[in-house]
Amino acid sequence: MGEEKIYDTVIIGAGMSGLAAGIRLAQYDKRVCILERHTVPGGLNSFYRQKGRNFDVGLHAMTNYAAKGTRSGPLSRLLRHLRLSWDELGLIPQLGSGIAFPGVTLEFSNQFELLESQIAEKFPAQIDGFRKMVASLVDYDQLGLGTSGGSAQEFVRSFLSDPLLVNMLFCPIFFYGGARESDMEFGQFRIMFRSIFLEGFARPYEGVRHILTRLLKKFKTLGGELRLHTSVKQIVTQSGSASKLILEDGTEIRAKQFLSSAGWRETMRLCGLEESEKAVAPGRLAFVETISVLDRDPKRLGHRKTILFFNDSESMTYKKPDSLIDLRSGVICSPNNFDYGKPLGEGQIRITALANFDRWAQLDPEHYHLEKLRCYDRLIGSAVRFVPDFRGNIIETDMFTPLTVTRYTGKDAGAIYGAPEKKYDGLTPLRNLYVCGTDQGMVGIVGAIVSGITIANRYLLAK
Amino acid sequence: MTKPEIRTAIIDILSDIAPDEDYAQLKDDVSFREQLSMDSMDMLDIVLELRKRFKIQIPEEDYPHLVSMESTLDYLEPLLADK
Repeated sequence: MGEEKIYDTVIIGAGMSGLAAGIRLAQYDKRVCILERHTVPGGLNSFYRQKGRNFDVGLHAMTNYAAKGTRSGPLSRLLRHLRLSWDELGLIPQLGSGIAFPGVTLEFSNQFELLESQIAEKFPAQIDGFRKMVASLVDYDQLGLGTSGGSAQEFVRSFLSDPLLVNMLFCPIFFYGGARESDMEFGQFRIMFRSIFLEGFARPYEGVRHILTRLLKKFKTLGGELRLHTSVKQIVTQSGSASKLILEDGTEIRAKQFLSSAGWRETMRLCGLEESEKAVAPGRLAFVETISVLDRDPKRLGHRKTILFFNDSESMTYKKPDSLIDLRSGVICSPNNFDYGKPLGEGQIRITALANFDRWAQLDPEHYHLEKLRCYDRLIGSAVRFVPDFRGNIIETDMFTPLTVTRYTGKDAGAIYGAPEKKYDGLTPLRNLYVCGTDQGMVGIVGAIVSGITIANRYLLAK
Repeated sequence: MTKPEIRTAIIDILSDIAPDEDYAQLKDDVSFREQLSMDSMDMLDIVLELRKRFKIQIPEEDYPHLVSMESTLDYLEPLLADK
C-alpha cells in the first residue's frame, strides 16, 4: 500500500475562493491540498505572459475598496480572516469611472457623493427616490450566509420611476456580476451595489498577480500544499460520502473532507450525480474581452476613466445574444487609470462584451480565428463611440472568447458568473463535500474570497 | 498561567486577527465587538486560536463569555490555571 497520505481537506481549484479556504484551513493546522487543473493559479482571475508582456485575466479592478483603517465592510473582514495587513494587498484607488448612455453620462468614484450629485444634476426628479433606495440598502453584512430573494428590478423600480436611470444603474452591476438574464436576485444586487457604488474600485500596481502571490505565499507558509496542472477526473462516492479523488493521470487522493470550486454542475458531474447536476440550470452569460496594448498611456489620448460602462440605447439588454457578440453595450477598462503615483508603463485598454458560447463553439478552427479578428475590430469600433479613438495607437492585441474561459478554467459554457441560482449553504448531496466560489454565492475577487472563507469557517473548521 | 499572562496571550491573538488596531488603548470592560468591530466570525477565530495555542476546547454555548477582555479572563483563568 505504501504510505498514503490522508488530507483533512482537499480543495478543487486554486482560484480566489479555493485559496482563501485553503489559507483558513492551513491556519488552523489542517492538512490541506489544493488541486488546480491549469499551470497557474487564479481560476477566473488569473494572468498570463505573452510576447514579453504581462496580462491579467478577469480582474479589471477589485471592488469593495475601503481606505486603510476601515474596520467594517467585506474588505476589512477578509483581511482579518486571512491575516493580511491592508498594505499587503497594495490596493490603489481608481481615478474615476462612468456609465455612458446616449446623451447622458453618470460619473462615479470611490466617493459616493459624486454619483449622488451626478444623479441630482442629471435626474433631478429621481434624487429623492435614489437617496431613499440607498438608505434601505446600506445596512447588511456580506459575510452572512444566505440572502434575501426577490427581484432587484422590482426593488429599484419601487424607488425610481425613470427607466433610463434604472438601466444606467444596472449596467455596471450586470457586467460585474450578473449571473441571471435581465434581473438579479435582490440579495446579490444589494451586495453588488455596495461593492461598486458605495465602496468602489482599486487595483494593485502589479494587477491580479500581486493578490495571487500574497495568497499563495500565505498558504504555503502555513504548510498548505498546491498541485498545479492537476485535473480531477472523478470524485468517488461511497454510501453518501466522497471517499477519494481520481486524477486524470490515475493517481488517487484521499481526504476526510472535500471542497470544490469547480462549479456546481461541474462538481456533480465529477461525482456522477446526474440528477443533482441537472437540478441547477447552467449559466448562460458569457463574455469576450479584447486587450489592446497602446503606444502611450490612455490619459495622453484624453481617456482618464478607470472603467466606463457603455450602452448605445436607452433600454439595456443583458441577455445571451443570438450572435457571436453583443456590440450594443460593454465595459471599457484601463489598468493605467488608477491613482498609482507613477506610470504603469505601456497603455492598455480592455473591452468586455456579452457573447454567445454556442456560436463560438460551433466555429471550426479557421473561422474561429477569423471571427476573433473580426469581433476584435467590431468591438473596438463600438467602444470608440464612447472614448477617444485609440485605434491608431495599438501596438499589440489579444482577445479571449467564452471558449478560452472554458479551456483554462473548466467552467461550463464560459459562464464566468456561474449558475443563475446559487447554492448559498454550500452543501451537496454528499455529506463531506462542499462547494465554494461562483456557484456558492458571491462573485468577483472579494466575493470569491469571502465565499471560500465562509464555507471553510462554517463546515471545515468546526471540527 | 496567571491573569496578566493570559491577557498578554489574548492581545497576541487579537493582534494576529486585526493587526492594524492599537491594543495599548484596549479597555478591558468594553466589548471587543464595540472597540474592534469584531463580529461572530472573528469570535470564531479567537476560539480557534485558543484551541490551537492552549489545546483547550471551548463549547459554542460558552462563546458569550468571550465578549470583553474582562469576561474572557474570568472565563479562561480556571481553564488555563495549569498551562
